[in-house]
Amino acid sequence: MITMKIIVCIKQVPDTTEIKINPVTGTLIREGVPSIINPDDKGGLELALQLKESHNAHVTVLTMGPTQADAVLREAFAMGVDRAILLTDKKFAGADTLATSSALAGALRNLEYDLIITGRQAIDGDTAQVGPQVAELLDLPQVSYLENLEIKPNNTFLLKKQTEEGYQLLEAEAPLLVTVLASAFKPRYMNVKGIVEAYNKEVEIWGFDNITVDEENLGLKGSPTKVDKAFAKGIKGAGEVYEMDPEEAVGMIMRKLKEKYII
Amino acid sequence: MDITLPVKRLIKKFQGKQRTLFISLIGGMTGVLLFDNCKINTMDFNISKTQTLFRQMIREFAEKEVKPLAAEVDELERFPIETVEKMAKIGLMGIPIPVKYGGAGGDNLLYAMAVEELSRACGTTGVIVSAHTSLCAAPILEFGNEDQKQKYLPGLASGKIIGAFGLTEPNAGTDASAQQTTAIVTEGGYILNGSKIFITNAEYAGVYIIMAMTDKSKGTKGISAFIVEKETKGFSIGKKEKKMGIRGSATCELIFENCFIPSQQLLGKVGDGFSIAMKTLDGGRIGIAAQALGLAQGALTETVKYVKERKQFGKPLSAFQNTQFQLADMETKVQAARMLVYKAAWKKSQGISYSADAAMAKLYAAEIAMEVTTKAVQLHGGYGYTREYPIERMMRDAKITEIYEGTSEVQRMVISAMLLK
Amino acid sequence: MELTQYKDIYVFAEQREGIIQGVTLELLGKARSLADTLGEKVVAILAGYQISSKAQELISAGADKVIVADHIELKDYLTEPYAQTLNQVITEFKPSVLLIGATTIGRDLGPRLSARVKTGLTADCTKLEIAEAGHLLMTRPAFGGNLMATIVCKDHRPQMATVRPGVMKKFETDTTRTGEVILLKVNFDRNKFRVRLIETVKEGKGKIDITEARILISGGRGVGMDGMPKLIELATTLGAEVSASRALVDAGVVTHERQVGQTGKTVRPDLYFACGISGAIQHLAGMEESDFIVAINKDKSAPIFQISDLGIVGDVNKIIPLLNERLKK
Repeated sequence: MITMKIIVCIKQVPDTTEIKINPVTGTLIREGVPSIINPDDKGGLELALQLKESHNAHVTVLTMGPTQADAVLREAFAMGVDRAILLTDKKFAGADTLATSSALAGALRNLEYDLIITGRQAIDGDTAQVGPQVAELLDLPQVSYLENLEIKPNNTFLLKKQTEEGYQLLEAEAPLLVTVLASAFKPRYMNVKGIVEAYNKEVEIWGFDNITVDEENLGLKGSPTKVDKAFAKGIKGAGEVYEMDPEEAVGMIMRKLKEKYII
Repeated sequence: MDITLPVKRLIKKFQGKQRTLFISLIGGMTGVLLFDNCKINTMDFNISKTQTLFRQMIREFAEKEVKPLAAEVDELERFPIETVEKMAKIGLMGIPIPVKYGGAGGDNLLYAMAVEELSRACGTTGVIVSAHTSLCAAPILEFGNEDQKQKYLPGLASGKIIGAFGLTEPNAGTDASAQQTTAIVTEGGYILNGSKIFITNAEYAGVYIIMAMTDKSKGTKGISAFIVEKETKGFSIGKKEKKMGIRGSATCELIFENCFIPSQQLLGKVGDGFSIAMKTLDGGRIGIAAQALGLAQGALTETVKYVKERKQFGKPLSAFQNTQFQLADMETKVQAARMLVYKAAWKKSQGISYSADAAMAKLYAAEIAMEVTTKAVQLHGGYGYTREYPIERMMRDAKITEIYEGTSEVQRMVISAMLLK
Repeated sequence: MELTQYKDIYVFAEQREGIIQGVTLELLGKARSLADTLGEKVVAILAGYQISSKAQELISAGADKVIVADHIELKDYLTEPYAQTLNQVITEFKPSVLLIGATTIGRDLGPRLSARVKTGLTADCTKLEIAEAGHLLMTRPAFGGNLMATIVCKDHRPQMATVRPGVMKKFETDTTRTGEVILLKVNFDRNKFRVRLIETVKEGKGKIDITEARILISGGRGVGMDGMPKLIELATTLGAEVSASRALVDAGVVTHERQVGQTGKTVRPDLYFACGISGAIQHLAGMEESDFIVAINKDKSAPIFQISDLGIVGDVNKIIPLLNERLKK
């Protein structure tokens, strides 16, 4: 008997640890960079799958992206989720975090859930905004930086939130949105049987017509922030080498530290 | 001779509308045959999306779970039991076993990839999976009766029980037919007496496929195969070998002293043992070929990385043509080995006769693995000879692939026999 | 939205247990320079319980005005009470810019608030400037730090940005400064308070993990056993972690979990100090991906200088203590 419905929002991202800078042009080399499930989102999948095992939860995975994002949904199937939805439409293009959250909220309005899980932040955008924004748009209570989740007998969630000094214990009832950290939930590997069956399962494709949201909140139009310009950080070559006395050397180092906002 | 003659004669038998119909039918069938022929004439060198997804998982698993332990496993000659538990959890101990027996329902290509990727990180871990799957689970699946499959496969597929295979004896190596272990008929079963040596996974395995002589007068047709459980009274593990490579793999002697084996544990029919053993080794060859391939690839990848970083005479080693040419040769050989291994695995999955293909794959992959790992050590120079780098271990691990599960000489016998039929 | 109605640079003054957090003072410093460029004011928003006395600290740090929301429901941070308070401030006071520290609190509050107000939020900004047209230019790293992007929020107000601690510079504290203190009467919709705080727990530092450190001070043979204490001091000053090459681990000066290299760990911190490390290939393999490498070594032909961003040929045992002294000032 299904006791709980969970929806996990995941994002397909380039593996930014593999990205290199073109030494000639100074631009990012994106070709050949593998696409992965955003690490924090994978932590979210792990939490959902643990709850599936312990509480017989039903797990749906939702991703907004281009058609290639199908690959992360297959991976999620291979890890053990029950249902997968790909949210894709030209109308979503050019979205900043608020517009993205509007689209996701639009889809979530048409789904049933007790718990929505998102990752804390994506390694490409690095903003950590979508989770709380979706919670606001759906008028749901939120707990971010989730380290642990327990369900008490009366169906109250007991949540452990990571803080800089330690942690906090919080309580809330469903429906609820949480954002989780990759470090808190070590994601399981896909299992072989899951992989063998992954491409036989159905990925539902949802577009603008399947979601409940005002069109003006989507895409470029629905984005209050815009990119004015983007540039790659300096290319690393062998830097300068100085032979100098300690006083000068320290001065040089201090200048560099200031430049880098370390001090 | 006009081959259309019989067709023409047939057409003459029909009149009017019937003739028209018949001609259309013939024409249609020919068209379909021709069209189908076009489809058969394509070859797809891509691996499927499922295989790509699998490769992603096994590569990550090998990098994160297997590689960090490889040096220690080798140094301490330690069987990585915790890795086996992790592999069992995600279904890597039962890849080609059908779902109904608790396996993952995958094909032999996924299995070969698994052994390749595991071996790339650690030769010991690769052979644990290979021996368990190809030499124990596979023969039960292929030659066992339904009761035996139900009894043993779920445990093996889930990895709760590790499998092993005992054919080799002190006096029966390449000449496997010279079995001295005997199995004498008794009430309800057989009494097993004798010993086996160089058995992979011994001591940790719970189930062993053991070959023994049931009727010496019949030569190879007098050998039978048995499923022997570890707890059998009189069955003990003897000497553990100290080896050059795959040092974490448990390689031991098996001793059988008046072991009673119930008749339900006879695998196949009496006298089938040698044939079962040979067919089992055919499949095992794909595993070992994959192991050799993985070792070669691992050494090559490490070397490419090293030569880009290591500088001598003011340049990285990769700037010297000698290095470049050697790497080119190594890469070509590894790619060729991969083609042979994958093809053999594919053929087995398709149910096509694959014995010679497996032999070629094993022969070639093992020999280039030895060559590539040796060159890799050379290109690493002095550092390559030290245990600080994994490369010398890969070279030591590679050697056994030319020897076990049929030496390169045996593979040549199999291949030439096929050619000269 | 009538943009001209929105004015001034607002800073969310984060406090924990009544203590104003360092990032707030840094943001006030930045807000001060932005406000001066625009000829506008700096306004701090101070929410808490029995917190009004802290307003002067904010004024000394650069604020012209402090809006104080003093209420028992604001004693400890929870998303909804704080979001409602700040939403009220935005509606009533119409800030042009709102800066929030990118702490666990700020990253919980910022996006929630921006979605409620339906405005743009730019996270983890490393640079804030005013464009010629008067709007805010927010520069931040993306793609794992490989790319820098400058973001604008031209048609929505307030322009919201979060900034990480340690990025901006504090304003010179001036206790003679005076400013206006406005007491805000908060109107709560308690029906929306759906999360309850049970307990707050402080924990000591756990296991050392050098792969998580943003700054690593790494010692090699050139530092030796005698030089190590100075490196540790420097690390403490910079809030950094200590690591070492194999030589020092083998010599028993440092434990294995701090080893960087082929048989140790691979690290990619923002800043890597290679002190007395020659740069043998096994070591390079473990740290060459660091963002910025400062190398100090007596030997000018040491291979470490081939990958360092800043190389100093000198005596590490003289340079490190001197650097530490200067930094402490």
